[in-house]
Amino acid sequence: MLFYLFAGAAVAGALLVVSQRNPVYSVLALIGSFFGLSGLYVLLEAPFVAVVQIIIYAGAIMVLFLFVVMLLNVPREDAAEWDRAHPLYRPMAVRIGGVLALLLALELGWALSRTAGLGGGVADEHPAVSSVAELGRVLFTDYMFAFEVTSILIIVAMVGAVVLAKKEK
Amino acid sequence: MADIITWVTSPTFIAYATLIGVVFMALQISAAVMVYAERKVAAFMQQRVGPTLVGPKGLLQPVADIVKLFFKEELRPKAADALLFTMAPIISVTTAFLAFGPVPFGAATTFFGLLPEPMALMIADVNVAVLVIFAVASMGVYGIVLAGWASNSKYSLLGGLRSSAQMISYELAYGMSLATVVMFAGSMSLREIVDLQQGYWFGFIPKWYIFIQPIAFFVFACAGIAETNRAPFDFPEAEQELVAGYHTEYSSMRFAMFFMAEYINMVTVSAVAVNLFLGGWHGPFIPPEYGWIWFLIKLAFLLFCYLWLRWTLPRFRYDQLMSFGWKVLLPLATVNLLLTAAGVLYFGL
Repeated sequence: MLFYLFAGAAVAGALLVVSQRNPVYSVLALIGSFFGLSGLYVLLEAPFVAVVQIIIYAGAIMVLFLFVVMLLNVPREDAAEWDRAHPLYRPMAVRIGGVLALLLALELGWALSRTAGLGGGVADEHPAVSSVAELGRVLFTDYMFAFEVTSILIIVAMVGAVVLAKKEK
Repeated sequence: MADIITWVTSPTFIAYATLIGVVFMALQISAAVMVYAERKVAAFMQQRVGPTLVGPKGLLQPVADIVKLFFKEELRPKAADALLFTMAPIISVTTAFLAFGPVPFGAATTFFGLLPEPMALMIADVNVAVLVIFAVASMGVYGIVLAGWASNSKYSLLGGLRSSAQMISYELAYGMSLATVVMFAGSMSLREIVDLQQGYWFGFIPKWYIFIQPIAFFVFACAGIAETNRAPFDFPEAEQELVAGYHTEYSSMRFAMFFMAEYINMVTVSAVAVNLFLGGWHGPFIPPEYGWIWFLIKLAFLLFCYLWLRWTLPRFRYDQLMSFGWKVLLPLATVNLLLTAAGVLYFGL
């Protein structure tokens, strides 16, 4: 019951993100979507992940998004003229987007066909990750490689951002 | 159905419902009391008398203010974004109330035997309480930023932008100081952290974390003041430069809601500081079941410090604020975190 509430909120937020013309509303809808996801984590008995999701995504990253949107004062997006053109004559971006959407739909269909037989939820099979100590232990033993690779990736992105933002002397 | 009725009429449920109501009212009243205290303390520090006309010693001044604010006309600029303009104060005030949820303010009590089992004096005993407070506090910035954007006014927008830049800069140091205490205590539950600070060293120095982690307390205090937008970090509403910053276009109760949120946030930050660094409700002379008296005394002292700072320190310059946050507080908090980690790991502090 609660699952459908949170999942519905997450999906509705995500749909609002792409359908809003005003970028500020898009940012807010994305925050709403993150709250829905965080509710799902609580239902999976992972309050730590749920709260961290709020702190990092809704609290830090989205504030930056909002900051940039406000600073640049992005105007409302109005329907472009190619919106009414024939699908085959639309710009490259639209065609690439169309292909990606098709791929996503295929993958989703494939994933659904695989999980159809499982029935039980994920929460039943794995022990609940409610303890922070347990989460830390797993991260630094079983998932060490993925964890370190992610951290290197983030450092590379950070260095790249600093280099790009730095003015030429 | 019968289950629900027995549950709703059980003493524990009634006690919790009452507690939520009491905390809600207390937070609202605390905002009114803080307005009065602020004006009186300011007057005292500037050798004036402050409000004296309404009630004995001006004590009814907040009541008069509230009545006045209720009857003021609500204005909304024509070019403002109607939905967000209305939502912004609501977000501010909601997050302010919400953040007090996981804050404990007294030892478990049975209310003189009224309850079958002792009940903790807190609304929600979450095992990641420290993080929840941090998360909710970081949500508070949206109220201010959206107010600044939705007002469609230059001063408001500047206030909102400053606020988001400030919150991002100080949130890191804030989180680092919280992490230090959490690591030291080995728990994220505020109730457990408070209980770990029970007792004395050498019989007279209380085992409060402020004595072991003075740097963490300093960072927490600075970042806490910055998070609540109080002087000397009150850039989002710097009167001399920005008229009133993010709430320039607000009037009547919407304006009051921003101020209520600000004062409640001050209370919450102080309450968290009391729990993390000042031993919560533990203290000498008062029996443990009345520990909330100690809690209130410590809380009142920290809130007084807030006012004291405001009327003692001038506002920083904006670039000073940024370089202080990034170049002083954050490295300090990080080094402190690493040292504490090493201490906990190698010496088992």
